[in-house]
Amino acid sequence: MATVQVKRRELTFGEKIYLPEVLKGLKVTTRQLFKNLFTKKDIATVQYPEVRREYPDRFRGRHRLMHREDGSVRCVACMLCSTACPANCIHIVAGDRGDDTVEKYPVSFEIDLLVCIYCGFCEEACPCDAIRMDTGRHPLPSFTRDKQRIRKIQLLQDGGPSIAVQGGKGT
Amino acid sequence: MSVGEAILWALVKFAAIVLGFVMLVATVLTYLERKQSALTQNRVGPNRALLFGKKFPLSATIGQILADAVKVLVKEDWEPPRGNKWLHRIAPALPLIAALLVWLVIPFGPGPMPGTEGEHWFQIANLDVGILWVLAISSLSVYGAVLGAWASNSAFSMLGGLRTAAQMISYEVTIGLNLVGIFMIFGSLQLNDIVWGQGELLWGWLPKWGIFVQPLGFVLFIAAAVAETKRAPFDLPEDESVLVGGYFTEYSSMRFALFSLGEFIGIVIMSALTACLFLGGWQIPWVDTPLNVDGSVAYGWLTVLQVLTMLVKTLFMVFLFQQIRWTFPRFRYDQLMKLGWVYMLPLAIANLVITAFVMYLTR
Repeated sequence: MATVQVKRRELTFGEKIYLPEVLKGLKVTTRQLFKNLFTKKDIATVQYPEVRREYPDRFRGRHRLMHREDGSVRCVACMLCSTACPANCIHIVAGDRGDDTVEKYPVSFEIDLLVCIYCGFCEEACPCDAIRMDTGRHPLPSFTRDKQRIRKIQLLQDGGPSIAVQGGKGT
Repeated sequence: MSVGEAILWALVKFAAIVLGFVMLVATVLTYLERKQSALTQNRVGPNRALLFGKKFPLSATIGQILADAVKVLVKEDWEPPRGNKWLHRIAPALPLIAALLVWLVIPFGPGPMPGTEGEHWFQIANLDVGILWVLAISSLSVYGAVLGAWASNSAFSMLGGLRTAAQMISYEVTIGLNLVGIFMIFGSLQLNDIVWGQGELLWGWLPKWGIFVQPLGFVLFIAAAVAETKRAPFDLPEDESVLVGGYFTEYSSMRFALFSLGEFIGIVIMSALTACLFLGGWQIPWVDTPLNVDGSVAYGWLTVLQVLTMLVKTLFMVFLFQQIRWTFPRFRYDQLMKLGWVYMLPLAIANLVITAFVMYLTR
């Protein structure tokens, strides 16, 4: 890489004595001040809890667990998501479902939101479309750390039905 | 008037001016500064602390001010364990005392004509040294910053204190030299006489205000006044990106608030001074102050208007200082010193020489 010599512009006399430039600067700020006093057009602030900004569709928010048509959890406790998780925040205890085609189900499914880095690897890894991060919501503040470990019940509350099958069919 | 009466009147006037105007403006400034900066930068500013939780005119203003006051009073007052405890406790009061004492000589309305005897109803004390009192007392406020900085036993505070001392001394030179031009033209150190002098007209149409007879002096005075009040672009003493908080890094709760209150009152003082020296004080342009037959001032409704004029001019200057504070980025420290000593001081001296020359030619 060659060194780039930036040609600096020589300041004109008017700029060197500051005053005209100072007045120009004051003009801009005073104009904005009075404009914002009477109109709200230029104000960029979003009053957060009352007004929420729309997030893009691919925003990775809080996780949710999807369920089958019969209402049971789609997760088969294959541990792919907790293996893929770089922060080790997913803790699954597997149990026997008593079904020959779908052998396992998660007895407990916990995500520690304080540890999660919202990378989205878990939903990439999931072969069953069981875990998704498309709620578009933030983790809420809480007074104890324990509240930030969200459990299967909470994850399922946000969940919707998914009829996805192997090979990318269904939604 | 006996001595006791004079002291009583002085106390009454001091209470009226300080509690009724200065403290009020300084308190409201704590809110207005944030609001003004927010609107200037396309933000909203503080709007959550509503009085009684309801929204009505001024509820956000009063609510915010009350919330600030409560917060500042109930916060922990931390003292640095290895610092000098007593100096640390005294230091915040010094700038405030200095800032309040300066109001002794500011005239808010017409006193007797220069050269005549009479009561100064709108001025606490008409000292012979006049404006020199302001310079002497406001120089004392630097002690608060330096003592507080030293007593904190912190590197950031120390650097902030040193910067304060150097900056205040540098810019006081410019302020003083600028005022000499005003003294020469109006021939008096007393602010009352200076404001009376500004009631005359130049060439029959232009008010003989300081800003018209000393335009360069006005600009230099404004710049030096911003530096004296330690506000951006000259807020090197508190340089939060470099020195955390400068000389008040180790201060918390009400002592911290006293420092900022002193700073806000400093702004109002500099505004009132600018109004008196350069903007004609209580003089309404092209309106003569009515006089009785014996040459004393005839007080009436016009006097009320004149006092209001003085307040409006002061508040306008406060607004201008705030706007300057939120418009310009901070100087680097060497630039600050260079501006003070290499540019502004020679300009002030040149201004003085030109003033003397013109006065010699037109006497």
